[in-house]
This record gives sequence, C-alpha cells and structure tokens, in this order.
Amino acid sequence: MDRRHFLNLAAVGGGAVFASGLAGCAGAQGTAKADSNDFYFVQLSDVHWGYEGPANPDARVTLRKAVATVNALPTQPEFIVFTGDLTHTTDDPAERRRRLAEFKRIVADLEVKTVRFMPGEHDASLDRGAAFQEFFGDTHYTFDHKGVHFIVLDNVSDPGARIGEEQLAWLQADLDKLEKKAPIVVLTHRPLFDLAPKWDWATRDGAQAVALLMPHENVTVFYGHIHQEHHQMTGHIAHHSAKSLIFALPAPGSQPNRTPLPWDAGAPYKGLGFREIEAEDAGRTFSVTELPVVRA
Amino acid sequence: MIDGLLSRRVVLRAALAGAAAAVVRAGSAQPGEPRVIEMVARRFVYEPNEIELKAGVRVIIAIKSLDFVHGMNIPDLHQRLDLVPGKITRLELQPQAPGEIEFVCDNFCGDGHETMHGRFVVRA
Repeated sequence: MDRRHFLNLAAVGGGAVFASGLAGCAGAQGTAKADSNDFYFVQLSDVHWGYEGPANPDARVTLRKAVATVNALPTQPEFIVFTGDLTHTTDDPAERRRRLAEFKRIVADLEVKTVRFMPGEHDASLDRGAAFQEFFGDTHYTFDHKGVHFIVLDNVSDPGARIGEEQLAWLQADLDKLEKKAPIVVLTHRPLFDLAPKWDWATRDGAQAVALLMPHENVTVFYGHIHQEHHQMTGHIAHHSAKSLIFALPAPGSQPNRTPLPWDAGAPYKGLGFREIEAEDAGRTFSVTELPVVRA
Repeated sequence: MIDGLLSRRVVLRAALAGAAAAVVRAGSAQPGEPRVIEMVARRFVYEPNEIELKAGVRVIIAIKSLDFVHGMNIPDLHQRLDLVPGKITRLELQPQAPGEIEFVCDNFCGDGHETMHGRFVVRA
C-alpha cells in the first residue's frame, strides 16, 4: 500500500483537533498496530456528469480517469461512496436520466463492486429525487461495515435543502437502536452546519440532525457540495468535505460569489481529487488521504 | 471566524458595487407609508439585484417570482422568504447602519442557481 501523510481526524478529549501525522500502512511498515477491524473506503464526490464549460474542458474524461486511478490503488478499498452531484443538473427529465445512465455505466468499471450512492441537489432537487431513485434506489438509508454504522442522509431532494420531519424521525428511530458509544459515520451531500449560508452552503434543518447525533460519542460526517477539502467541528462531531471531480470552488466566503476556480492548463485537475478514508480504533477515528485524479 | 470575515466584507464591499449591477435607490425618509420597491425574481436573477437603501428608513420590497418558488435568504438579518409565483411577497426593511446586506436564492432552481444573489447597499 502507498497511503501516507495521514491526517488524523480524531477529536481528542472533546476538542476540535486535526492532528497531522505520518502513519505508514499498518502492518506493511510495522509502524502502526493493525486491527482486524480496520478498513478503508474511498469517497468520491461532485462528479457533475454532463457539465460542459470552461472550468473543466476535460469534463468528458475526468470521471473515467478517476475510475482508473481508483482501480490502480495497490490495495482496493472495501467499498466506495459517492456523496452526491453525480450529474450536472438539467431541466430536461430525459436528459437527466441519460446523464444518470452514463454515469452509472462509467462507474460500473470500478473493480470494487460495493458502491454506495447518494444524490446531490443537481441530481435530485428539480424532481425531488425521482430519477435518482430509478437508478440508485433510496436517497436515505443505513448500512453497517465491520462494526461501524453508516447513515446516509438526504438533504437535497427537497429543493429548499431540508432533511424534513419524516427523515429526521427516521434518523431518531435509527439512532435510538444504537449504543451511545457506537461508531457512526454520516454520509450526506450538503454541510449539516451553516458553513456559508450566503453561498447556500448549509442544510436548512441541519442543526436538528446534529442535535439528534450529539448524544452519540463517536460521530463523523463526510460530505461533498463545496468542491474542496474542509474540516470543522460541531461539538465533538467532525465534519469533513471532499474535493470534486469536475471543478474546484473558492474557500467559503473568500470572494463575493461562489464561481468555479479557473481551469489551469498547466496543472490539469488542480484542486480536484478523491480520498481514502481509513477507519481505525474500531471506527472511532478516521484518517484521510487526499489523492489526485491522475497519479504520477 | 467565518461570520466575522463575512461581517467585515459587508462593510468593506459597500464601496465595490459592480458597475454592471442594476441599482435602485430608495428615496429619503417619507412621512406616512414606507416606499415600495418592486423586485422580480426569475431564473437565475433578481431584478434589480442591487438596491440602495438609507439607514433608518423603512421600505417595503415587493417581490414577484415569475417561474419558480425561489428563495430569498438574508443571513445577516436571520430572515428568509419563499417567493411563490402568482403572489407578491412583501419584505419590510429598516436597516439601521450603513453597510451591505447580501441575499441569495436558497431553493435550488436549476443550472444557474449558484448565480442568483443580490444585495442591499445601505447608505448613511
């Protein structure tokens, strides 16, 4: 394996801490204690299949290159997640389905066949998730992997970025079945906290979801939407956004408008990429390694 | 920290209003009824998208949406509206201090939603 320069994302002693560290591959280099329950998965996000524009003149092949890069990882992940905006939005329902179908065909080339999908607002907000569900099923669901409970939340099928009372009740019922110490990972598209409401980087009722999660001691959120890496704590809950596979966006609030960062012909795919997420300590801590679309 | 940065921008960017933006200026304080300023919301713009107001002067923004239940979120005022087509949505404002108050569509309305925003520029 070639994972290195891990960013330790554990919250230490209740504080908001991202401790950088060098953690070589557990076992391979003998520098870290391997646990049979340790595993890693890959997060890809914000593909925007169907986008055409100057922010990515290579849009027709970027996803395929990322798929090839994932397939070339020395050790394959145990599963893969796509945290929304699989496609770029369109008013045409037939075109939306065509884009979803093309996306699905391309990612079928991933060698890892356990792939979890969730929608972004570009996929789902104009038809309340109807087309997405035809191709990928439910927009919110749970699954478990090696003792970690994963919860996929849909904060995009409502164009007003609401999770909604019904889904919040479902979340509460699911959490009620778990021990307070159980490791929980939430996967969603938009930030659950008010990252930048002036840029519509928020979930209108995200605070209610965070309040439901707060009694649980080991919760980590991985999301997309903002096309860049970002790390923030709400209490003891860590929130980590992922890079995009189409174009990068500016840092929250760093300029008047959230326009895409320009394509750099001298450094194609700059600011784009995906990540490996390593679950350690029985899923109570996570380490992230950011990877580019194309590896040298 | 982010809120702090944005608050500073509210003040600093007041002098940097884009030349291309459509501007409506509110008049001086009037006795009686507040001045009504009409605004149209349509994919993917507010028209006008920049409105000058005078600190301490009450105005009514009367907004007509043409094509979608656009949102109008004004985070600095902790206020948001749904702009339902077929009705006029009225927003009463009485800004107290000079600066800039931004607003954004927060109901995803299509390919261009990300450009749908505007601001009130409050003068002394």
